[in-house]
Amino acid sequence: MKFIITLLFSLFCSTLTMAQDVEMADVMRSNGKIYVVVAIIAILFIGLMIYLIRIDKKVQKLEE
Amino acid sequence: MKLKWWKILGIVLVLYSIIAGLLMPVPKLNILNETIRNLYFHVTMWFSMIVLMLMSLIQSIRYLSSFDKLRDLKAESLASTGMFIATLGLTTGMVWAQFTWGAFWVNDPKLNGAAVTMLIYLAYFILRNSIENEDTRARVSAIYNILAFVIMIVFIGILPRMTDSLHPGNGGNPGFGNYDLDSNMRMVFYPAVIGWILLGSWIAQLSYRIKVLEINKENN
Repeated sequence: MKFIITLLFSLFCSTLTMAQDVEMADVMRSNGKIYVVVAIIAILFIGLMIYLIRIDKKVQKLEE
Repeated sequence: MKLKWWKILGIVLVLYSIIAGLLMPVPKLNILNETIRNLYFHVTMWFSMIVLMLMSLIQSIRYLSSFDKLRDLKAESLASTGMFIATLGLTTGMVWAQFTWGAFWVNDPKLNGAAVTMLIYLAYFILRNSIENEDTRARVSAIYNILAFVIMIVFIGILPRMTDSLHPGNGGNPGFGNYDLDSNMRMVFYPAVIGWILLGSWIAQLSYRIKVLEINKENN
């Protein structure tokens, strides 16, 4: 029982300290925001590939 | 109107290499620092260029044994896509060199070899464009393509390994294969190579198909 109370108390304390610095748990803002760069490069690459697929489809149409 | 499986595979592999290549752990080395990740992007350019040139060579040889004009067109498309990828490899390599070796161009046998190779292939296109007769053009450029491939292998595959080179794996330098390229990096590097080869072949195939369309249009 004592253990559970200490556990709850420590959890409560930790949430308190978390609330103090506003930083929220956010993947995109961790590690110097590198994930944002990754996301942008991935979007660029996907965009280019969609463009390539469209060219492919157009050539396919012309071939028919 | 379905997309071929290997094109989708190429997209997926390169996308994976972009995401994992930027996020996966890499060995911590002096001077290289995070630029070691360029292995997934710069080195793959050269690997796919060599494979595209090999495919171009095969098409040229098959042209010489069949005299099928389409094979000559395929060889040209593959070689020009290979040249494009080589240009990307050279430019990215220059940026990487500036920040690790201290200059955009250093007197490294591999760099000069790559430059010679690109000039040799430039000559291939000049040769093609300088011959009016279609059959002669196809035959002469197919033979030249064989020569160009051999020169490429000598200049970027053999000569840099016989002298000291700043590139890993050449001369007295330890290769990435020895200890730098750990299993984590292999997990990204090999898929990236395959992905870029597939994307390069796709672009080459598109340029070939457009050429065929143009020829059909002229004939009609």
